[in-house]
Amino acid sequence: MCDTCGCGQEGNPVKISRPGETDHHHDHPHDHDHDHSHDHDHTHDHTHGHHHDHDDHVHGTTQRLIKLEEDILGKNNLLASRNSGYFEAKGIVALNLMSSPGSGKTTLLERTIQALEGKRKVAVIEGDQQTLNDAERIDRTGAPVVQVNTGNGCHLDAEMIRQALKTLEPEEGSILFIENVGNLVCPSLFELGERNRIVIISVTEGEDKPVKYPTMFQHADVCIINKTDLLPYVDFDVTKAISYAQSVNPALTFMELSAKTGEGVEDWIQWILDLQ
Amino acid sequence: MHELSIAISIVDIASRQAEAASAMSVSRVELDIGTMSGIEYESLKFALSVAVKDSILEGTEFRINRVEPLCECLSCTHLFIPNGLFGQCPECGEKNTSLIRGKELQIKSLLVEQKE
Repeated sequence: MCDTCGCGQEGNPVKISRPGETDHHHDHPHDHDHDHSHDHDHTHDHTHGHHHDHDDHVHGTTQRLIKLEEDILGKNNLLASRNSGYFEAKGIVALNLMSSPGSGKTTLLERTIQALEGKRKVAVIEGDQQTLNDAERIDRTGAPVVQVNTGNGCHLDAEMIRQALKTLEPEEGSILFIENVGNLVCPSLFELGERNRIVIISVTEGEDKPVKYPTMFQHADVCIINKTDLLPYVDFDVTKAISYAQSVNPALTFMELSAKTGEGVEDWIQWILDLQ
Repeated sequence: MHELSIAISIVDIASRQAEAASAMSVSRVELDIGTMSGIEYESLKFALSVAVKDSILEGTEFRINRVEPLCECLSCTHLFIPNGLFGQCPECGEKNTSLIRGKELQIKSLLVEQKE
């Protein structure tokens, strides 16, 4: 069983693939060392131990308190730091894009890659439970891309990114966009080694998303409000959404744009170009 | 849903420690989980009951300490318990505050049985 993300049972392994190699199954890439999980003879001893008489039990064993104070996410955070060191050494700026499903992450990426053409090198890691659909869309823009399929997993973790990087091999000095699994809850807990976190909400969602899912907004650096071209047709109140988000994280930077029409995208592009 | 990931990590870390201590069994695992850590307590309890299957932690009691949040105002350094999820300083009204407690996700201790 995977000890980090709870996905990836044998029947549903994590897969890392490039567009065009759909049947190329890699081994479960975050099969962290857990040899011991198959080796629990003592569990049975313990179960049957109740047949021992009580005197034996009292004299035979002793209780010991082991103080640990170990961070439950420590392993992921350690791997995230490794990724971060790799990015720094290669001058790569990694951005972690997170949102609910359907808020327009992939469309924004397509638009962003177009706009950065000739200005910065770009590479993309796509995260989804299943399918290569998003990687194929990015592939058509010409940017190097790998797809991570998490199987049952609800988020990307640092080990998946580490494995994906081996396949992707992003060029020095590039901007690496990591499109996380569409989910406004779980990805916020898992550091990937990214420079910045970008949370995207669209105006077809409720403006109270930031207070309904505060953890995501607390950990983000930038909040993009997407699909502004639809504002005349929906009840979404941008001012209210921003004020909700600021109540959770006063340091958030906001950008309003339409990935579809391109309106407002220039601020986002400038923000990326200013990253060093 | 990520509670299962967290539960599996807990079981993994605790099993490894129990093995390192040559424990025969683990009677208790104590956890510090902050109320601002993004974890649902009931989901975590359920996930733990699933994650312990076939491990040395089957039958182990999990003691989950809820760690209540504490904020520090970044403007006047006043310490206060945030009202609800978001901390606005009750002294000076500053919204920019830092959560100094409440995000804990930690295994505090293990109580194990060893052979004498």
